[in-house]
Amino acid sequence: MELKRTPLYEAHLRCGGKMVEFGGFEMPVQYKTGVIREHMAVRTACGLFDVSHMGEVIMQGPGAVSDLNRLLTNDYTVMEDGQARYSPMCNEQGGTVDDLIVYRITGDKYFVVVNASNREKDVAWIKAHVSDSTAVEDVSDAYGQIALQGPFAERILLKLTAEENIPRKNYTALWDRDVGGVNCIVSRTGYTGSDGFELYTPAGETEKLWDLLLEAGEEEVIPCGLGARDTLRLEAGMPLYGHELSDTISPLTSGLGYFVKMDKADFIGKAALEAGGTPAQCRVGLKAVGKGIMREHQDVYAEGRKIGQTTSGTHCPYIGYPAAMAIIDREYSAVGTAVQVDVRGRMVDAEVVKLPFYKK
Amino acid sequence: MRRRKKGRVTMNFPKELKYSRTHEWVRLQEDGTAYIGITDYAQDQLGDLVFVNLPSAGDSLQAGEPFADVESVKAVSDVNAPVSGKVKEVNEALSDAPEKMNEAPYDAWFVLAEDVTDTDGLMTAEEYEAFITEEG
Repeated sequence: MELKRTPLYEAHLRCGGKMVEFGGFEMPVQYKTGVIREHMAVRTACGLFDVSHMGEVIMQGPGAVSDLNRLLTNDYTVMEDGQARYSPMCNEQGGTVDDLIVYRITGDKYFVVVNASNREKDVAWIKAHVSDSTAVEDVSDAYGQIALQGPFAERILLKLTAEENIPRKNYTALWDRDVGGVNCIVSRTGYTGSDGFELYTPAGETEKLWDLLLEAGEEEVIPCGLGARDTLRLEAGMPLYGHELSDTISPLTSGLGYFVKMDKADFIGKAALEAGGTPAQCRVGLKAVGKGIMREHQDVYAEGRKIGQTTSGTHCPYIGYPAAMAIIDREYSAVGTAVQVDVRGRMVDAEVVKLPFYKK
Repeated sequence: MRRRKKGRVTMNFPKELKYSRTHEWVRLQEDGTAYIGITDYAQDQLGDLVFVNLPSAGDSLQAGEPFADVESVKAVSDVNAPVSGKVKEVNEALSDAPEKMNEAPYDAWFVLAEDVTDTDGLMTAEEYEAFITEEG
């Protein structure tokens, strides 16, 4: 299988990126700086990520909002232009097809951003479930995307664009803005738990913007790879599809009830979620108490019996301890509960802690 | 001589050590014991190491078989015994300072082995350097 490349492939090689396969793309897992330095850069200064592999879909038509409300668990009836809203997208069984972000461009035009690994699946699913008057267009290849994340992100961006082009509020975006001569959608969103922006550009201009941001940021920004992207989102307690969410893990089990508006008339999966009641299991954060690093898909025990499994786990550089997320029986989910995790045949003591592990 | 990353001083492949094909080093002592660790090439390939799983004193070592593992942020990697024998002593201090494996790989010993045998397959520093150059 031939891997796809983002518009930043050459830039990654120039920056010394170590390329690996992810979601069908050749992506940098890290640069010469290494995962730890890249992670810490985002927490203390600024990091630059290639997120061009994500998928983008435009939904347009008079029925677009009602289609969104049927496809997604969240409610899209009250939104302003430029506002972004996160939602899981369920199947009929209440499992999760993907989790995504929807931006309102105008009342009948929406910009939907989906996980790279689910792009084809999502586009087919959306097309199969919208009303006839809604046009669905996969524009993923037309866009590149760069994430600029960290406490210095705003001041670096200000070197390339006027203040009026920078959204003030989280989860809002400004369309058609000039950033260093590049046309951008400037979105105040991110997947790190630190402040920052996601910049969507025409694919042909992404490399130019990447170089401009590195130059403008000077010593204060470094390129960061997917390795750091994962450790950052885990510290921030953010779910990753395929781990904390899947076609058999519902958003309710995953603790995303806030984004599931059960009082909506109907949405795909509503009946199944209602029938399921309060899920028997829920997502928790685990902190290693004993020596060891918990990883994904490791059995979790309490009182001598198996109570669930980890969904993600790693050494977390900023908080300084090995952390994991797990889906376990609800009775053991109270903060402070002692559990053991089977780490490759060795039981490591851990305790349930509050999510997120890190908050800015 | 090879320039090392992270501003460290240029380092040789220490001539007094022996090396395995899976990038472990051995310091064979007069009394038949041997210190074992991972090479500079190994730590460079593995990236920032944040954890080491060491065996216990008394555990047996079988040349070519895993006896410990090291963890980077993203992955777990087996460390193979370069010789056969028995674990006499474990470097507990290394557990508390895993970064030493990256910073000073030839000082960061994992175990002191005794009753050491099966040393024939080991390479000299020169042979190991050539081996790496071919591999890389």
